[in-house]
Amino acid sequence: MSFGANPWQQQSWDWRAAGNFMCGGAGSGLIVGAALSDAPAWLLLAGAVLVGLGLGSVWLEIGRPWRALHVYFNPRTSWMTREAMVAPLLFAAVVAASFGLPLARIAAALLALAFVWCQACILQAAKGIPAWREPRLVPLIVATGLAEGAGLLLLWAAFTQGATALQWLFFAITMFARWLLWVPWRGRVRAAARALVALDRAGLVLRASTLLALAAAATAITVPLPDEVTRLLQALCGALACAGGAWFKFTLVTRGAFNQGFALARLPVRGVRR
Amino acid sequence: MTRWAMVADLRRCVGCQTCTAACKHANATPPGVQWRRVIDMEFGEYPDVQRAFVPVGCQHCDDPPCLSVCPTTATRKRADGIVTIDYDLCIGCAYCAVACPYQARYKTERATFAYGRPSEHEVQRRDDARLAVATKCTFCVDRIDAGLDKGLTPGVDPEATPACVNACIADALAFGDVDDPASKVSRLLAENQHFRMHEELGTGPGFFYLWDRNDERCDEMQEQAR
Repeated sequence: MSFGANPWQQQSWDWRAAGNFMCGGAGSGLIVGAALSDAPAWLLLAGAVLVGLGLGSVWLEIGRPWRALHVYFNPRTSWMTREAMVAPLLFAAVVAASFGLPLARIAAALLALAFVWCQACILQAAKGIPAWREPRLVPLIVATGLAEGAGLLLLWAAFTQGATALQWLFFAITMFARWLLWVPWRGRVRAAARALVALDRAGLVLRASTLLALAAAATAITVPLPDEVTRLLQALCGALACAGGAWFKFTLVTRGAFNQGFALARLPVRGVRR
Repeated sequence: MTRWAMVADLRRCVGCQTCTAACKHANATPPGVQWRRVIDMEFGEYPDVQRAFVPVGCQHCDDPPCLSVCPTTATRKRADGIVTIDYDLCIGCAYCAVACPYQARYKTERATFAYGRPSEHEVQRRDDARLAVATKCTFCVDRIDAGLDKGLTPGVDPEATPACVNACIADALAFGDVDDPASKVSRLLAENQHFRMHEELGTGPGFFYLWDRNDERCDEMQEQAR
């Protein structure tokens, strides 16, 4: 930890915490997309595995891992507790859906949405980090997670039967949403210059990958191309959606998370007043 | 009600870091961990420059961001305003550390010693319960509670007063009950203009910085004295 007055990148959360937001968002998005588009049940399981990997990643970061169950003690105010409470329900719904239980897919989709919402609120509740505490980060993180899930769905479809109209629609809506939601969030972030440089670089990657993916999607849907090319474009869409979102969240946690530093509202008056 | 608070007179602080050393001695914090530290800040451009030494640490906020985010309820706020950490509950997730706008929280993964090998003092004061969990300034809550049990007054009687306040060579730090109009901190706040750090965040810090005298109030008091 630095001892200066100027803001510095927080050192408490590293790639392990970022991994939770990357895997958790993408896994939740995959569950939502797969549940809505009637995709095979194993895709829901894959989404749950991703969510589990994310939680495992953050478990590696906590100082007292064998006390991890204490995380359930504060559902009243802590979004981390709420995230931890949603996770087992989500896993149960996914397992139920894989056994073909009625309504389990809908429950899994809703719980996955709740999970990614909790993750977004975890960041927003951290008042110490100006880039995180801006409320417009919440919809952006949710949209990014869903877009990554939609991308994974397209990647899977590219190597199997091809994407359905519903999957394309889910992809287009979530990608457009993340592209759109970046602007109001970034416009309101007041953070250290070095944090903004890192965030803008990640934002450039996020928005460029989003636009490229949307352009590739439009080409794949509207232009009559050989099946192999269409599938290649489809896979490109999925890869761009995942890579752009993951890089943004990684940067948000590990490079753009400068604290506020210390500041004096007034300077001390010594001797003659200025 | 009692609301313990600290006052730092920025006009008096000379940046000697005696408070920092006293805190480390009283609380046996490991190298790199300073529950009470003093930031050296410079303002302006040559030749019109100013320098300020700013004691910082846990602000024991009215609405502590670290409290609401803590998933384990390890972080608690007492009725007298002191924010505490239960080391046996804390899982060391460091969520409180990123939530704190005052960078007051530390997490030490493993025992470290000032000179490599542990000194006799470090062996005696070693507390493994504080490893891999969040730690921060407690306003020397043990001293306050023990002092109150003996009928002492925190902020007046050194035995019941935080170590940093006792150690301050310039009388820049003061401690006491802001809800008691007769306390030293209440008097200082009345006689001087003051602010709290990052007040716009709405955390309601229990740490006040004095920056200039309050002329109106001083005139009133002189009038009353006459």
